[in-house]
Amino acid sequence: MSNTTTSQFASYHNKVTRSRATSEPAWIRWSLIAATLLFLSFFLFVPLVAVFTEALRKGFDTYLTALVDPDALSSIRLTLIAAAIAVPLNLVFGVAAAWAIAKFEFKGKSILITLIDLPFAVSPVIAGLIYVLIFGLQGWFGSYLSDHDVKIIFAVPGIVLATIFVTFPFVARELIPLMQAQGKDEEEAGLVLGASGWQILWRITLPNIKWGLLYGVILTNARAMGEFGAVSVVSGHIRGLTNTMPLHVEILYNEYNYAAAFAVASLLALLALVTLVLKSFVEWQVERNASNSEENN
Amino acid sequence: MAKQKNVLPGFNLTLGYTLLYLSLIVLIPLSAAFIKTTELSLNEFWSVVTAPRVLASYRLTFGASLIGALINAVFGLLTAWVLVRYTFPGKKIIDALVDLPFALPTAVAGIALTAVYAGNGWIGSLLEPHGIKVAFTPIGVIIALTFIGLPFVVRTVQPVLEDLEAETEEAAASLGANRWQTFSKVILPTLWPALLTGFALAFARAIGEYGSVIFIAGNVPFVSEITPLIIITKLEQYEYASATAVAVVMLIISFLLLFAINGLQWWMTRRNGTSY
Repeated sequence: MSNTTTSQFASYHNKVTRSRATSEPAWIRWSLIAATLLFLSFFLFVPLVAVFTEALRKGFDTYLTALVDPDALSSIRLTLIAAAIAVPLNLVFGVAAAWAIAKFEFKGKSILITLIDLPFAVSPVIAGLIYVLIFGLQGWFGSYLSDHDVKIIFAVPGIVLATIFVTFPFVARELIPLMQAQGKDEEEAGLVLGASGWQILWRITLPNIKWGLLYGVILTNARAMGEFGAVSVVSGHIRGLTNTMPLHVEILYNEYNYAAAFAVASLLALLALVTLVLKSFVEWQVERNASNSEENN
Repeated sequence: MAKQKNVLPGFNLTLGYTLLYLSLIVLIPLSAAFIKTTELSLNEFWSVVTAPRVLASYRLTFGASLIGALINAVFGLLTAWVLVRYTFPGKKIIDALVDLPFALPTAVAGIALTAVYAGNGWIGSLLEPHGIKVAFTPIGVIIALTFIGLPFVVRTVQPVLEDLEAETEEAAASLGANRWQTFSKVILPTLWPALLTGFALAFARAIGEYGSVIFIAGNVPFVSEITPLIIITKLEQYEYASATAVAVVMLIISFLLLFAINGLQWWMTRRNGTSY
């Protein structure tokens, strides 16, 4: 659904100098810029700054104390674990799906692409709910799991599953259009020269898609670490055990411990800013490569 | 030319793995929701999904999502225009920050917006003397849903605006059109498919949203309670079947929207020659 992100690969700046007939008078230009900045301030800049000022409102010591609190540390650990499992799994899936879809023709391909997009269309709350229906106590495997003393819901595996679900399409969504655009000439040339399938993958395909792959991983990771709704349903909110960072933020906030809630939130906001910087860097690399190859041709 | 046989290896392996992983993670779990609702009779199902409190939540969820997506259509178009056409200091940073709602965890967005729009917050304290209460009212829901849908319209319209040929505008100007006529009769029609796609994406994202809304909404039944919260409340009361019934209604609407968006993107590709 959100293949809007791929669009940035195609974006380049329009360097045409516009004549007076095709541009606006200065006062209109500046009022439009001012209106945009006002809108973005209300919705983006002010809330972003608020996260950090609220976090530091009671001083730096309170801030640090909130971050080294054992429950906060365990929530950070759990968030890292969930992302460390979900990101590689969806990465492997993304490469496999893009290989099948971009390099081969088969019936039902467009249906398959739509199905890969499905998790984007599903509310995070419902993403959590469906795993409760399968692995919860009342669920399909509920009595089997409790007989064998395996906990999935209200435990770490459920959190990992929900995280995999909500980040499912990101890598595939980035790679499918990219690999379709690149075609399969280079892979076929490798094959003629005697390369095996794995050699083609490692030496030809992966180097060709590395920036798209990195882009997908960055988006997957940001969503994996920040997911709230889906994880909230399957977590059970057990302090020190099944709380991820966003859930820890919620608990602190609901206890009116605002300084601590915003302290943990500020780490997540920093993660978001790092994500945006990395994203811009990858886009810049892709643009540079594109203009280099244009010059070479 | 005869149809060439594809010589590349790995088709069975990668397609097989794709289908297996897709089924295990997405398709089978989603089908569980539809199977669970069969525990209810049709009458029971109907009375759960049309209960007054649930109906009120649909009105809020869809109404606020619609208003949020409309705000984003107008200001997203404006933002895309300003970022593509004009130069001003800090433009690159602002361009990058437009994606913040994609990157910022929804819970963080929720508490930040609440802090800013509450009666004692930076913006809330400016509005409250004028009798405008934002946080803990339906307006707060609209604010949160506008925030999370903000990048969609900008990012669908931006590339189309960048690819627009200057010649068409010059032609319109040389034929005597003023700037507003050129915009409304030449530029806007080209942008329609992208604008509609961005609007639909923002709307679809908003109706399922949970994290950023629940902090700012106040969650008063019949007034500021969104449908995803109804599902959570039912789950916490162990009413699995009726939680799932409401979820199925939302799933069906989401799937219809997904198909509509795919159709829009197909239209956009045909109109503009490239896929965004």
